[in-house]
Amino acid sequence: MKKDVTAAQDFLKGIWQQNPIFVQVLGMCPTLAVTVSAINGIAMGLATTFVLICASLMISLIRHLIPSQVRIASYIVVIAAFVTIVDLVMQAQFLELSKALGPFIPLIVVNCIVLGRAEAFASKNNPFRSMLDAAGMGVGFLLALFVLGSVREILATRSILGFQVLPEGFTPWLVMILPAGAFITLGLLMALVNWNAMRRKKATEVEALKHYRESMASTA
Amino acid sequence: MDLLLIFISAAIVNNFVLAYFLGICPFIGVSGKLSSAYSMGMATTFVLTIASMVTWIIYYFLLQPFHLEFLQTVAFILVIASLVQFVEMFIKKVSQPLYRALGIYLPLITTNCAIMGLALFNITREYTFYQGIVFAVGAGGGFTLALVLMAGIREELELADVPKPMRGVPVTLLVAGILALAFSGFAGMI
Repeated sequence: MKKDVTAAQDFLKGIWQQNPIFVQVLGMCPTLAVTVSAINGIAMGLATTFVLICASLMISLIRHLIPSQVRIASYIVVIAAFVTIVDLVMQAQFLELSKALGPFIPLIVVNCIVLGRAEAFASKNNPFRSMLDAAGMGVGFLLALFVLGSVREILATRSILGFQVLPEGFTPWLVMILPAGAFITLGLLMALVNWNAMRRKKATEVEALKHYRESMASTA
Repeated sequence: MDLLLIFISAAIVNNFVLAYFLGICPFIGVSGKLSSAYSMGMATTFVLTIASMVTWIIYYFLLQPFHLEFLQTVAFILVIASLVQFVEMFIKKVSQPLYRALGIYLPLITTNCAIMGLALFNITREYTFYQGIVFAVGAGGGFTLALVLMAGIREELELADVPKPMRGVPVTLLVAGILALAFSGFAGMI
């Protein structure tokens, strides 16, 4: 029973508590570059998640065979192999998306999230937990990209994934598809996450203080 | 003329950091102080230029003749990683002051996507060897420019009363957004 809890936590921590984008601030380049639309964000998120899971699983399986002096180089080769697979599959099956994402598919190889999880988690834990951890991080990354892409797409084109959301009277904010829009949207979203975390922390502190006072009053 | 155009395009109009989002990690991580921003920019420019030459040679003399283009990602990242290591050892041997100035930034450059991105752009845009070098110097110059500008602003920002949830990365991103907006003004230049 206890094992289930830790397994769930391995998966869930990447989605919110340790979200790679909003909390750890890793892998910013693809995040900012590809989120012109929600669909690009999803595609990039899925590609990265695939590489994350496969690379983490592989590295965890061979973690006892790699001498620690050359571990980073070995991790990079494993990651690069899976990135090549994704790149070629996307070119063969989804040419449009592959063109839209441009060099950022091969650039997954230098995405700090993948190498970071390999070094911080997969090299120390068993394959099952490593896979859950990688999947959690991947989903967290995907969600962050999707949110960022949606906000930018809605404000820039009034619609998302082909559905119109905002009324015709709304003037599209062209700046949102420019690079500046990416920086500003991500900055504001991150501030929102920070604000929420601070508010929660404050609430728990107030709660704890209240409990303390009540217990003091009851003992008195 | 062609070379000049490539240089200006890479340095200003299509700035690697503010228009292509390459090298954002060091841009946010190392832009706290002016002096370190400058060193980081110089180290990156140096590695960019060498990496551009080496990856070009690898691609056109090794991968293409043997029809191994699909190995491009693996080959490039290995070349870049070993190159950075090699440059670090070489500088350590040749010039101690330079090593002390650049030393700690060199290992970070391996995972800087600007290097890998430049190598890939060189291939997709079919640049010649010399165009590749000019492109690399321009990209490095643009990267240094963005980093130094950002560091200058952030040093001033230290004194400002920024709302608590905005401190650190969020406000840096907002400033980067304003910088990017300013740089998009160059868009009509070429």
